[in-house]
Amino acid sequence: MSATDAAVQEVGQRPTTERIVNDFAIQVATVNGSGSQTANLVLLRSIFQMGVPVSGKNMFPSNIAGLPTWYTIRASAKGYIGRKKEVDFLVAMNPETAREDVLTLAPGAAVVYDEPLKLNELRQDLTFYPVPFDKLMQPITHDAKLRRLVRNMVYDGVLSRLLSIDMGQMEKALKKQMGKKQKAIELNMSALKAGSDFAEATFTKQDPFEIRPMNKTQGMILIEGNAAAAIGCMMAGVTVVAWYPITPSSSLPEALIDYLKKYRRDPESGKTTYAVVQAEDELAALGMVIGAGWAGARAMTSTAGPGVSLMAEFTGLAYYAEVPAVIFDIQRAGPSTGLPTRTGQQDILSTAVLSHGDTNHPLLLPSSVTECYTMAMDAFDLAEELQQPVFVMSDLDLGMNTWMAQPFEYSERPFKRGKRLDAEQLKKLGQFGRYRDVDGDGIPYRTVPGDGLPPYFTRGSGHNEQALYSERADDYVKNLDRLTRKFQTAKKMMPKPEIDMAAEGGIGLIAYGTTHWAIVESRDQLNGERGIKTSYLRLKAYPFSEELNDFIDRHDRVYVVEQNRDAQMMSLLRIDLTPQRVLKLRSIRHYAGLPIDGRSVTTDLLKQEGVEPGPMAREPEFGIRTVD
Amino acid sequence: MSTPTQPAPGKKLNRINLEPAAYRGSKTTLCAGCGHNAITERIIDSFWELGISPDQVLKLSGIGCSSKSPAYFLNQSHGFNSVHGRMPSVATGAIVANRKMIAIGISGDGDTGAIGIGQFVHLMRRNLPMVYIIEDNGCYGLTKGQFSPTADLGSKLKTGVINDLPPIDTCALAIELGASFVARSFSGDPKQLKAILKAALSHRGTAMIDVLSPCVTFNDHEGSTKSYSYAKDHEEPLSDLSFVPFFEDITIDYDPGTSTTVSLHDGSKIVLTKMTEDYNPTDKLRSLSLIHETAMRNEFATGILYVEPDKPDFIDMLGLVDEPLAHLDESRTRPGKAALDEIMESFR
Repeated sequence: MSATDAAVQEVGQRPTTERIVNDFAIQVATVNGSGSQTANLVLLRSIFQMGVPVSGKNMFPSNIAGLPTWYTIRASAKGYIGRKKEVDFLVAMNPETAREDVLTLAPGAAVVYDEPLKLNELRQDLTFYPVPFDKLMQPITHDAKLRRLVRNMVYDGVLSRLLSIDMGQMEKALKKQMGKKQKAIELNMSALKAGSDFAEATFTKQDPFEIRPMNKTQGMILIEGNAAAAIGCMMAGVTVVAWYPITPSSSLPEALIDYLKKYRRDPESGKTTYAVVQAEDELAALGMVIGAGWAGARAMTSTAGPGVSLMAEFTGLAYYAEVPAVIFDIQRAGPSTGLPTRTGQQDILSTAVLSHGDTNHPLLLPSSVTECYTMAMDAFDLAEELQQPVFVMSDLDLGMNTWMAQPFEYSERPFKRGKRLDAEQLKKLGQFGRYRDVDGDGIPYRTVPGDGLPPYFTRGSGHNEQALYSERADDYVKNLDRLTRKFQTAKKMMPKPEIDMAAEGGIGLIAYGTTHWAIVESRDQLNGERGIKTSYLRLKAYPFSEELNDFIDRHDRVYVVEQNRDAQMMSLLRIDLTPQRVLKLRSIRHYAGLPIDGRSVTTDLLKQEGVEPGPMAREPEFGIRTVD
Repeated sequence: MSTPTQPAPGKKLNRINLEPAAYRGSKTTLCAGCGHNAITERIIDSFWELGISPDQVLKLSGIGCSSKSPAYFLNQSHGFNSVHGRMPSVATGAIVANRKMIAIGISGDGDTGAIGIGQFVHLMRRNLPMVYIIEDNGCYGLTKGQFSPTADLGSKLKTGVINDLPPIDTCALAIELGASFVARSFSGDPKQLKAILKAALSHRGTAMIDVLSPCVTFNDHEGSTKSYSYAKDHEEPLSDLSFVPFFEDITIDYDPGTSTTVSLHDGSKIVLTKMTEDYNPTDKLRSLSLIHETAMRNEFATGILYVEPDKPDFIDMLGLVDEPLAHLDESRTRPGKAALDEIMESFR
């Protein structure tokens, strides 16, 4: 059967006059290692350059080559950049998954597929566009390896025609992606053109999906959260970086290394104002950060859940010995090795109290790439001001996916180095006691090696105000109570939550991190489709601040929405809140390893409210769970 | 720590006008007669004799009896008693953050050979500039005498348990891994230990010293190779060691042909006077065979077993600015707005 026949055969599901413009999701299903990332990013960037809000989410396997991978690009005129669960336009390139990919589509979706897969036989309610990829590639290059790598550009060409994506923008995006590699650009351009020409000559547009230019992305950037965090670390003046490779964290230190090499060399000597050490494991990585922080450097590490588990012992040491450290946790789905390439917010509870004995640690909760940048800078200030480890709780979705943002603003704010003594301050202070609470805020003063000021002996064992070994009960209790006081002080220093009060007396929502993007969309759905107004408090940090109590008091029911099985943030809230406030809490949880989406939140909330979810509702995917 | 300008008359002073007392620490809480205390005394002597300013020193340790000892010397230095087996990483961070400091780490045979073997391996491999001492008594003293990985094959606990695993030779391991100064000594040999310590402090790179240090409470019995009597009888000193600091103008009067001189990075010298054989400490293979040969005779070769004075250390390899990273202010560490603008442009 010819390609034209196929397209014609499936006509009739939807009149072609009804257009769905700038509001759909394209999913590209390929094989890992087949070089599809370039084609996908060119597609994403082209839509972005046309002024249409867009987001890209890569669902990839824990494997270098051979396993299936899916890349989803969402265009949203309304600016929703969270995940959209339903795929509207599928590009099926992977023989292994093609059948299931097609069978799970909603009626009315469109499919571009590799012709030999004969997917059109599977469904009658979809639009199919078969493309003979191999045949189209034949005239482009004789090199079999290149052919395989460039092959994916053909679907970009086909989509450009079918979805009205400007070829000029495709070319521009390709050049941006390829840099100065002229030969590669030419080769890719031919593949792009072959796809576009083929589609023009062969297909009649049968699906409703279309991209039309807008002006909603002007001046914006496209960036991954890990790169954003790396920029933040460099701008925060990090001097010692110690790390151990782990997905999905590695791209953070790797981006940081690139930036440091470029921007942190002494202009005269060419020597570096930083050190990066690839450690032997995560224990050593944090050990190095603690050694450096103790010596007065701004030091950081980045890891994921398994690394955080290994860092537990050292985190307790830094807490008790009061050494600054910045730790990024790019969360992935656990427990144990879990799903290393899937996302989650599953380290919240364990990290807040990481390590044995009584401990608690400040957490920063970035929702956006912009906050990955700003909170990196906040983290270094807070770690030095509080003299303890500070965790930045990002996740795979934020860290490794591509997000739109306004360009980051340069910070002129002087670094906050905390209570690090100089000779003059010491004179004013009179006597130095490393762990003395001079100011009543629980934060003591410190000296660092080589500053010519009085030294002290740092230890993870019991110590008194003078940093001398002590097993005395009074010394021990006094010290632990001071650390509690310090955590109270931290409450006032952490970033305040973002609050949108729209429904006093009704429903309040609490979320954090990447869950934010699903909440934005869900609130619009609840209001637009059901007339249900909701208030929203987005947590930016732990320990929680006073605003939280007020927010809960002003609502009847407060839903805590998060991406883990065990309601981890809600558990932390339960520890802190009064019983009356705890009674108001309800939980919505999503833990499928995929980013949470707005529709799932809406469906689940309506169910808990006892409202019929209605025709817009979809079955929640695995992992959505409501609590009574 | 400031140097006293008006020394009390008649006091013994070093080249920076400090008395030995300025190098002392808190009172030891280890058992009376513990070999570790003797090592502490030699450390104090060495720092004092070399005239190293205590405020330029970092002293670090892990956990165990050995790791308590940094509290017993150099009270005027910054100290860090970290966690079990993980002092190497803390030391790495601290030294990278402040390359000007002189670092000494004290570990034990359990702290190094068991829980900390991973970090030990990578410390040696990086050739981090520091002195790393293993106070080696072949047992876990602080938890009452269990075997450590350097315990002798076939040795017997007081409870009757027999060790059926072979010991790790930390010196052979350190040489293999890339440490550029490897020595073995005995806590009861003050002259040799001090000479080795002083040479180690003048070396640039990892100076690993395994010091046999009998545990008087748990491992000083007949049949333990880490007992006083055994070590005294079975020590095989390689050579008679002299250490000549670079600032001391000493005329050496050695018989030519019987001594080897090794120059360290700062211009100081180690002079080895051969006693038993023609030993060249810069030959890696020779050093390794010597360790194995003596071990097969149930003896310990003591002295400086291996030196590679010119090997680049970890700080050299990092290409850092001369000032300590920890003391750079934001004018040096925060790139200007143009840098951020350029980066932002790359994401448009």
